Amino acid sequence: MLLAAAGLAVFVLPLIGLLTRAPWGDLATVLAGDTVVDALRLSLISSVGATAVSTLLGVPLAWVLARVEFRGKSVVRGLVLLPLVIPPVVGGAALLFALGRRGVIGGALYESTGLLLPFSTWGVVVAVTFVAMPFLVITVEGALRNLDPRFEAAAASLGAGRWTVMRRVTFPMIAPSLVSGLVLTWARALGEFGATVTFAGNLPGRTQTLPLAVFVGLESDRDAAVALSLVMVAIALVVLVALRDRWWRAL
Amino acid sequence: MNRLLVSVAIGGLMALTACGEEATTSTIFVSAAASLADAFAEMEEGFEAENPGVDVVVNLAGSATLREQILDGAPVDVFAAANGSTMAEVVAADRAASAPVVFARNRLQIAVPLGNPGAVTGLPDFANDRLLIGLCAEGVPCGDLARQALQAAGIEPSLDTNETDVRALLAKLEEGEIDAGIVYVSDVTAAGGAVEAIDFSEASEFVAEYPIVVVESAPNPEGAVEFMDFVLSEEGQRILAENGFQQ
Repeated sequence: MLLAAAGLAVFVLPLIGLLTRAPWGDLATVLAGDTVVDALRLSLISSVGATAVSTLLGVPLAWVLARVEFRGKSVVRGLVLLPLVIPPVVGGAALLFALGRRGVIGGALYESTGLLLPFSTWGVVVAVTFVAMPFLVITVEGALRNLDPRFEAAAASLGAGRWTVMRRVTFPMIAPSLVSGLVLTWARALGEFGATVTFAGNLPGRTQTLPLAVFVGLESDRDAAVALSLVMVAIALVVLVALRDRWWRAL
Repeated sequence: MNRLLVSVAIGGLMALTACGEEATTSTIFVSAAASLADAFAEMEEGFEAENPGVDVVVNLAGSATLREQILDGAPVDVFAAANGSTMAEVVAADRAASAPVVFARNRLQIAVPLGNPGAVTGLPDFANDRLLIGLCAEGVPCGDLARQALQAAGIEPSLDTNETDVRALLAKLEEGEIDAGIVYVSDVTAAGGAVEAIDFSEASEFVAEYPIVVVESAPNPEGAVEFMDFVLSEEGQRILAENGFQQ
């Protein structure tokens, strides 16, 4: 019991610390400031954008990993899991070396189209997707592998086409996992710091997301930093409570 | 077999710890601003060579982060900050055991990637929105100082990124991902030819001063004084000069 209480304290104490430093009196004024509104907007755009890109690219990837047999599959799975293990700042640097103005791919892109990913909002989406997409891939892959293929076979034997099988059988059956994968991906995207600051830089209104604004604010505007932290905690709590049934059942 | 391995491992560990205790008689914990990284690595080496048995541990971070750690009671012996205001807060909170002494100065310089791809010549180029321009963030000493210099020159910079510390800004310049930034002379020295530097006249008015102090209730106050004396000694000042700092 004592150890369990200590375990809980690990999570609760920082929250109490945050609450004691909160500028309750002028919270509304601080939260209405330009920096805060810009950061909120950018965090919303980048986290939703990253979740959309992850769904578009991650679900097919999960399907291939779950259903297609090929050589080097474990290597591919390892590559997908890599962003979960390497420090985000390393991921950000790697993205810069690949997609930056002097990067292997970024250089060619810049020469031909003038498009520059670092220091742009698109760059934030790329950095955040890199870090968050593995959550979607592994959750969906797990669900697909646990899905008994006989359900799909049965549907097909009754005359359903491939698309119908996917729409009427596969997706409904993996839906809970898909939702939990989406939530995890979105939550990870919202909190991303290291890869973003390294690859996309830090400019209010263009690349400064909530976590970046908090970090910079701790050195220049403590009240804004604490207020933003409270906003992030509130968002997290709302999401966790709103999705508690679906999410916990799926996990 | 496993048990044997475990006992061998424990025996080994005990032997190691014993050796460690014999070799090291004291430890000095030094909190130093990130821009002092290279200079204080050499400082540590020089001091340990002169004082066998003493282990200097240097904790590097932004001055503001170090200040927070000290105000929250971190067991630190010596604090070397990159600006006076950070130090003033430590003094105001009664966490300084002596009056701070300025041990080094650092001048600002424009840094550009090798080959100067943006054809930058001076501060006015910082207003060019076609160039990729970076500064340290506000609240970071190099960022505040650079903004003061730009303001004095009457230039509204067209920024693309506010880096969280001066070394992060330097890294982006070395990579050629931005066209120009304002860093310290010591950072250009540390880059060792990986960036080009351009002087500007306002730099002489906005010079960073680095104060050093023995922290109140330091775990090793004698060691702290000895290390501070070493930083201020001829040898210490030579190390700082070699790393691009001024007296």
